[in-house]
Amino acid sequence: MIPEIGHFALWLALGVALMLSVIPIMGAARGRGDWMAIARPAATLQFVLVAFAFGCLVAAFVGNDFSVLYVATNSNTSLPTHYRVAAVWGGHEGSMLLWLLMLTGWAFAVARFSRHLPAPVLARILSVMGWLSVGFLLFLLLTSNPFDRLANPPLDGRDLNPLLQDPGMVFHPPMLYMGYVGLSVAFSFAVAALIGGNLDTTWARWTRPWTTVAWIFLTIGIAMGSGWAYYELGWGGWWFWDPVENASFMPWLVATALIHSLAVTEKRGSFKSWTVLLAILAFSLSLLGTFLVRSGVLSSVHAFATDPKRGLFILGFLVLVIGASLALYAWRAPSVGLGARFEWVSRETFLLANNVLLMAACGAVLLGTLYPLLLDALGMGKISVGPPYFDTVFVPLMAPLIFLIGVGPLARWKQAELPQLARRLRWAFGAAIVAALLVSWLRGHLGIVSTLGLAMAFWIVAALATDLADRLRPNGIVKTSVLHRARQIPRAMVGMMVAHLGLAVFIFGVTMVKSGEVERDVKMAVGDTTEVLGYTFTFRGVQSLPGPNYRAAQGTIAVTRDGKPVTTLHPEKRNFPVTGAVMTEAAIDAGFTRDLYVSLGEPLDGGTWIVRVYVKPFIDWIWGGCLMMAFGGFLAATDRRYRAKVRQTQAADAKVVA
Amino acid sequence: MKPRHKRLAIAAGIVCAVGVAVALVLNAFQSNLVFFYSPTQVAQHEAPSGRSFRLGGLVQQGTVKRDGVHVDFIVTDTAKSVPVRFEGILPDLFKEGKGVVAQGQLQDGVFVAREVLAKHDENYMPPEAAEALKRAQAGQLANTMAKDAAP
Repeated sequence: MIPEIGHFALWLALGVALMLSVIPIMGAARGRGDWMAIARPAATLQFVLVAFAFGCLVAAFVGNDFSVLYVATNSNTSLPTHYRVAAVWGGHEGSMLLWLLMLTGWAFAVARFSRHLPAPVLARILSVMGWLSVGFLLFLLLTSNPFDRLANPPLDGRDLNPLLQDPGMVFHPPMLYMGYVGLSVAFSFAVAALIGGNLDTTWARWTRPWTTVAWIFLTIGIAMGSGWAYYELGWGGWWFWDPVENASFMPWLVATALIHSLAVTEKRGSFKSWTVLLAILAFSLSLLGTFLVRSGVLSSVHAFATDPKRGLFILGFLVLVIGASLALYAWRAPSVGLGARFEWVSRETFLLANNVLLMAACGAVLLGTLYPLLLDALGMGKISVGPPYFDTVFVPLMAPLIFLIGVGPLARWKQAELPQLARRLRWAFGAAIVAALLVSWLRGHLGIVSTLGLAMAFWIVAALATDLADRLRPNGIVKTSVLHRARQIPRAMVGMMVAHLGLAVFIFGVTMVKSGEVERDVKMAVGDTTEVLGYTFTFRGVQSLPGPNYRAAQGTIAVTRDGKPVTTLHPEKRNFPVTGAVMTEAAIDAGFTRDLYVSLGEPLDGGTWIVRVYVKPFIDWIWGGCLMMAFGGFLAATDRRYRAKVRQTQAADAKVVA
Repeated sequence: MKPRHKRLAIAAGIVCAVGVAVALVLNAFQSNLVFFYSPTQVAQHEAPSGRSFRLGGLVQQGTVKRDGVHVDFIVTDTAKSVPVRFEGILPDLFKEGKGVVAQGQLQDGVFVAREVLAKHDENYMPPEAAEALKRAQAGQLANTMAKDAAP
C-alpha cells in the first residue's frame, strides 16, 4: 500500500508543480498579486509531497518490500539498515527521486528565505523552478517510476552493488546532488531576470549567496567522491579523469567562474550578460552531468537502445532546457546593458581573465568527455581519452590562473597600476620561488613540474600574506589596534582568503603526491618484509572473518620505522555471496604528512599474496584543501551584508504594511 | 587610448588567449587519443606499433598464468586472440571467460598492458569488449556466407 501512496503523492506533486509553473508567472506579467501569492505555498506543498514520496520509498527499503521492483534490484534482507536507506539512491530511479527531492527542497528554501524579494521577482523565480520540477516529475512518472510493482515478488533482493556499501555512499550522492541542483537556483534567478528584464546589481546580490551555497555542496560532494574512490576502489588513485568525475567537475568549474563574475556584477555592475550566461551554462552542465551519469549513456551509448523512451526523454528535456534558456538569453541579453566601464588594468580585467581560463578548462574537459561518446554514437569507432590529455591541458591552463589569484585581490576595481602592483608583490613572488626551490632541493627532487607546482602553492600563500599585511597596516588617520583592524576586514573577504588558501593547500597536496608517491606491488609470504620510503612493511598472513553480508579474508601487515612500530594495518578482500562480487578494502594509516596504504591483491600458492604497498605523502591535504575552499565559501555566503539586507527590507516591508 | 581602442585591445587579447588555449588543447587531444582495436584487427596488423591502444575481448579460459606479480593471459574475440602480459594487480572483476579491456603497446607480438581496466559492476561488459565480440561474430557470419555462396 505504501508504494502506491508514494506514487500518488508524486502525481499530486506534478499537479502542484504545473500550477506553480503557470499561475505565479502569469500573475507577475499581469500584475495580479493574488496569482503571484500562490508561488510560495505551492513551492512548499510541492516539496512536502515529494518528500513524502521519498519517505515512502525509504519505508519500502527499510521494510524489505521486495514486491517493489526497484527495492528488489537494489536491496537485500542481510543489508544493514543504514545501507538500506542509502540504497534508495543506489540505482537510476531512486537517484532521480533524490534529485527531485533536492530540486523541490531548493525551491522551498527560496520560498522560505527570499521573502524580501519583490513579489513579481519571487513569483517568476519559483515558476521557473516549477518548470524544472514538472520536467523531472514527468521523467520520473513516465519513464522511471521507482514504485513499480513486481507481479511475483522474490523472497530476497538482488543486493546493493558492494562498491556502494560504504559510508561514502550515505553522504556523497546527496552532497553532490545538493550542489548540482543548487545551481538550478542561480539558473532560475537568471532566467526569471531575463524574463522580467530587471537585471541589476540587486539581482547579483540576491543570486550570490545561493550560488555560493550550491558551490560549497558541489565542492564537498566532489571531494568526498574523490576520497571515496581513494580508499574504496583499492588502487590508491584519487582522481581518474573518468567521465563520471568530469561530469561533476565541469559544473564546478563554471560555478567557480560564476561566483567570481557575480562579484563583479554586484560590486561594479559589469559583466551582466556574461554572468547570466554562466548561470545558465552552470546548470545546463549539471543537467548534462546528471544525465550522463544516471542514464547509462556513459557506461554504454547503447543503453539508449535498451530503453529508448528514457534516453529520448532525457535528450528532449536537455535540448528544451538548454535551447530555450539560450534562446531567451539571445533575445533579452542585448537589452541588459554593459554596466560600468573599467580600465585595461583593473580587478575587473583580472576576474575576466579568470573566467576565460576557467571556461577554457571546462571546454577542454567537455571535449575530452563528449568526443568519444559522440564518435561512438555516430558509429565512427571507439576511442578513449586518457588522463595524460587532461594532465597536459590542465597544468598550462591553471598556471596563469594561479598567478592571477595572487594579483587579482590586490588590484583595485576600475583602475589599477601595474608598476604599483608589481612593487607590492615582488617580495611575495621572490619568496614563492625561493621557497619552492628550497623545498624541492631539500626533498632531493628538482623536477620542473613539481617545482612549478610548489611555487604556485607558495605564491598564493605569499600573495595572501601581502594582502593581509596591507590590510592590517595602520592607515595613519585613526589609531586602532591590529585586532580591531583585523575585525574590520569584511567576512566575505576573509572567506575569499580562506578559499584561496584552500586552493594553495590543494595544489601543495597534489604536487607532493604526484612527485613523491611510491607505489609497489609485491609478492609476500608470511614473514616477508618490504621497505618503502623508510617504512618497513611486514606481512603476517591472512585469516578468514565473517561480515554481516560477506566473508572477508583479512590480512595483517605490521609497519615499523627505524625498528619502532608505527601501526598495524588490516586490509581485506571481501566476498559477497548474493552478487558473487569480490571487493578489495584497503587499509590506510592516514597521517598529516603521509598516508600508508596497503591492499590485498590476489592469493598465490601457499599463503602467499600479492600486496599493494603505497606511501602517499601529503595526500590528505588534497581533501583538506577542498574543505577549506568550502569553508571559505561558507564564510562568504554568511557575510553580514546579505543578512543586513534581509533585515532592512523586512523593516521596510513592515513600514509599508503599517 | 580611446575607450573604443581599449575595448578592441581587450577583445583581441581574449581572442588570442582563447586561440592559444584551443591550440594547446587540440594538440594535447590529438596526441592522447587512444584508439581501440579488437584481437582480429591486431592479427591483421591494423593496430599501430609503438603507440598505446586499447585491446578488448574475453579472457580465454585456462590461459591465465601467474608468476609473482607478472601475469600472462590471452584475450580473444572468439575469432582471433592476442597474448597479453601485465605486471601488477588485476582488478577484482577480472575473471577467465569474462570481458576485459587492456591498454598498452604491442611488443614483438605480445600486448604489454600498462593498465587493465576495472569496472563498477560485475554484470557489466566493457563496451569495447562487447564491440570486439560483435565485430568478430559479424566477420564469421560474412565468412560463412561467402563460403555458402562460393559453390
